[in-house]
Amino acid sequence: MGRYNGRIMSSLWSELERVLGEVQKPARYIGCEDGMTVPDHHPDAVAWLLLYPDTYEVGLPNQGLQILYEILNERPDAVAERSYAPWTDMAEVLRREGLPLFSVDTHMPAGEFDILAFNLAAELVYTNVLECLDLAGLPVRAADRGPDHPLVLIGGHCSYNPEPMADFVDAAVLGDGEEVVGEITEVVAAWKATGSGSRAELLRALSGITGVYVPSLYRAEFDGGLLTGVVPIDDAPPVVEKRTVADLADWPYPKNQLVPLTEVIHDRLNVEVFRGCTRGCRFCQAGMITRPVRERPAEQVRTMIAEGIRRTGYDEVSLTSLSTADFSGIQEVVAATVADNACGQVSVSLPSLRVDAFTVGIAAEVQRGRRTGLTFAPEAGTWRMRQVINKLISEEDLYAAVESAYSQGWRRVKLYFLTGLPTETDQDTLAILEMARKCIEVGRRYQSGPSVTVSVGGFVPKPFTPFQWFGQNTEDELRRKIGLLRDELKRQPKAYRGVQLKWHDARASVVEGMMSRGDRRLGRVIEDVWRAGGVFQEWGEHFDIRLWETAMEAHGMTFEDLVYRHRTSEEALPWDHLSAGLHKDFLWQDWRDALDEVGLEDCRWIPCYDCGACTGFGIEHVVASAVPPAGGSQGTGQDRSAGGDVPVVLTSRPVAEQGSEMVVA
Amino acid sequence: MRLRVRYSKKGKVRFTSHRDVARIWERALRRVGLGMAYSQGFSPRPKLSFGLALSTGHESEAEFLELELSDEEGEAAGWSTERSVDLAERLTEALPIGLDVVAVAPVEKGESLQQAVTSCTWSIEVDGVDMEQMNAWVADVLTRDEIVVERERKGKPVVEDLRPHVLALDVTGTTETGVRLLADLGTQPRALRPSELLTAVDPPLKAVTVCRMHQWMSQGNDREEPLTAPITPAPSATVPA
Repeated sequence: MGRYNGRIMSSLWSELERVLGEVQKPARYIGCEDGMTVPDHHPDAVAWLLLYPDTYEVGLPNQGLQILYEILNERPDAVAERSYAPWTDMAEVLRREGLPLFSVDTHMPAGEFDILAFNLAAELVYTNVLECLDLAGLPVRAADRGPDHPLVLIGGHCSYNPEPMADFVDAAVLGDGEEVVGEITEVVAAWKATGSGSRAELLRALSGITGVYVPSLYRAEFDGGLLTGVVPIDDAPPVVEKRTVADLADWPYPKNQLVPLTEVIHDRLNVEVFRGCTRGCRFCQAGMITRPVRERPAEQVRTMIAEGIRRTGYDEVSLTSLSTADFSGIQEVVAATVADNACGQVSVSLPSLRVDAFTVGIAAEVQRGRRTGLTFAPEAGTWRMRQVINKLISEEDLYAAVESAYSQGWRRVKLYFLTGLPTETDQDTLAILEMARKCIEVGRRYQSGPSVTVSVGGFVPKPFTPFQWFGQNTEDELRRKIGLLRDELKRQPKAYRGVQLKWHDARASVVEGMMSRGDRRLGRVIEDVWRAGGVFQEWGEHFDIRLWETAMEAHGMTFEDLVYRHRTSEEALPWDHLSAGLHKDFLWQDWRDALDEVGLEDCRWIPCYDCGACTGFGIEHVVASAVPPAGGSQGTGQDRSAGGDVPVVLTSRPVAEQGSEMVVA
Repeated sequence: MRLRVRYSKKGKVRFTSHRDVARIWERALRRVGLGMAYSQGFSPRPKLSFGLALSTGHESEAEFLELELSDEEGEAAGWSTERSVDLAERLTEALPIGLDVVAVAPVEKGESLQQAVTSCTWSIEVDGVDMEQMNAWVADVLTRDEIVVERERKGKPVVEDLRPHVLALDVTGTTETGVRLLADLGTQPRALRPSELLTAVDPPLKAVTVCRMHQWMSQGNDREEPLTAPITPAPSATVPA
């Protein structure tokens, strides 16, 4: 496989350097990062090309990709390089010059690797995957590829519903990649060693690895326009389970975080403090599919920070997770980092602030320099709505957090909200502005011109969440709701002085929603859009809804059917043959609870709800502290370990019978 | 105390921008743990000043920057040649491949590098011409009284005479795909870029690679570099314009 097969790969650098002067930001294509590996390609080593199908600036910081890059390069039987989607000007130059997509580490042709592994973090990049395959010189459809072509894999959160990409990929990998990349390497190495195996044999062998889904070994069955199931053709496993590493302490990666030479997003040291989240926000796919919670020991976090800062020269470290204030060791880690001045002043950033004063207190302790803005995510404007989505923060929590921020010198507060949530009424939507107005009022007590930026995103239901059955709001409905907010601001400009409103393009939410829960038939649509030039669709300047509408129409598909329609409890979902460890009846129960406005407390510190994530894999939450952190469970601002009030009444209500009329907006 | 640093920029790293290089330097200085003086204010930055910007994609044997040390770092132990050599080595180690520190020396605070430097020597590989064509082109440029070009500045057209900036041109030999041209180009009040010159006169020429060999400060009728490399890396153009 890979035309390489024993030949010595040769670098394209001398051809590339002649054309790099013609493109924007040529530093995107040179590699040379501190921490980069110059791999020793040899015939016995399986050559992986890890691709992030977005620009270098967006893809380089991706921690998942960097972790696998190091783990693979540490193995004697594998080498790994990296590549990112070339911007449109570079793609044009490559095609004009007859040059293929290349790795940034040593500028080897992508088509000569054994494996092209894409990290898919967002649906709108799907057409970029086809663009990369085409630039690499591969047929975009898996069925058209032969034994000499690299194997095409996808991983990342989008692989929990890989069906829209089923025609293009050889396999999708579910869950944590640390262990499974080794197993894939071994299978591919053994297959290469035989020298004569067919591609079909290789795919069958791969399907025997837990966490590896080979779409070509399954058939999607339909009854009319309705999917009835995705079933194994021969002896492929009926359900593919995700992979989960039990203990993060065993995987202190990245050890050598890449330090890019040119500006990228999240340009700082990143240390993952835990994986998984059990707050149970019902809209949040990441929180559902990455369970259980696995904390990194505080001591290891401290070591990774100290070594990383010394090695990289960064002056900022970000403690990453889905909710960093919940990390058991947060206070000691922060205190130790701030106290260690060996590398000059290090600033700590907490990218996912919980909405309470305690968290702001930590933020104040660690944020050096100018206090420009703090971001909170109440997600919905009314308590009722927040019970539906299980984001159980009270208004008092928010105002206490905001007061804490303004009183400690922050000048700007940013609030994230979703609109288009299940059961949402116009009253819920408009309450967003009421909240913002009250935050401004709090701010005026401390500052002359406080500002609140309200950022509103259209809600897109995701697989393996309780909202996977919910029919997404139509483009018009999302637009109408944004309009409500805009009109209200215009109607009373004085009342809302200091409030700025930002919103996402409703059309992009529609396309995202289509891919999020779509089935295999979407392959033709994705291919059409790519052939019509629709790349970088996650970039506003390139997104073009007409390309999608045209392709949908050409293949007889409708947004109504794929995006806006409520799913029923009986119908097959395109990802039913895949498992994130969550019991489907748990998700259904949680969906019913949502409609009944019943909240659910974080299970880290209370008995199990049997969602399936722990029990199914025989593992448990790894949480250092036996009690909720100061500030309390569910971001209530209450210290329950010190006898604080139980802030939210979490009674179990009778569950409406299945199939009964859903009350949805 | 103020240190002047001379470094080269070659190979893949030449595709980083001036701004990228500034950020690379800040990280490298933190990695070697050099005690820097910081600016005042909400977000203190280390005190660094860079010389003339180098176009993205051009190589250089002669880049300069000045940095201000903290009082403790600069004065407590005194400064010595050994410390300069040691610092140059440690900085090169901390910088990416292709950025190499060739000299470090203390300087008095004076005119900024951007003001002090009056010309640069460039080595330019010109594509698709032979020696004869190149010599003819050079002769044409040197005999002209003016080379008037129109360019856009802040959205408005500006007419400029490039000729006073062309101080010397010298065709030094052939390359695989063309010839090598050495050019001394003025930098005041605005640095003339090699590519501007190549396209200002017919036939327009295309550079494959461009490398800044020297930066020069005027000293009366003489000129000198802000900081000499221990081994002078390259010749400068000698044909008088």
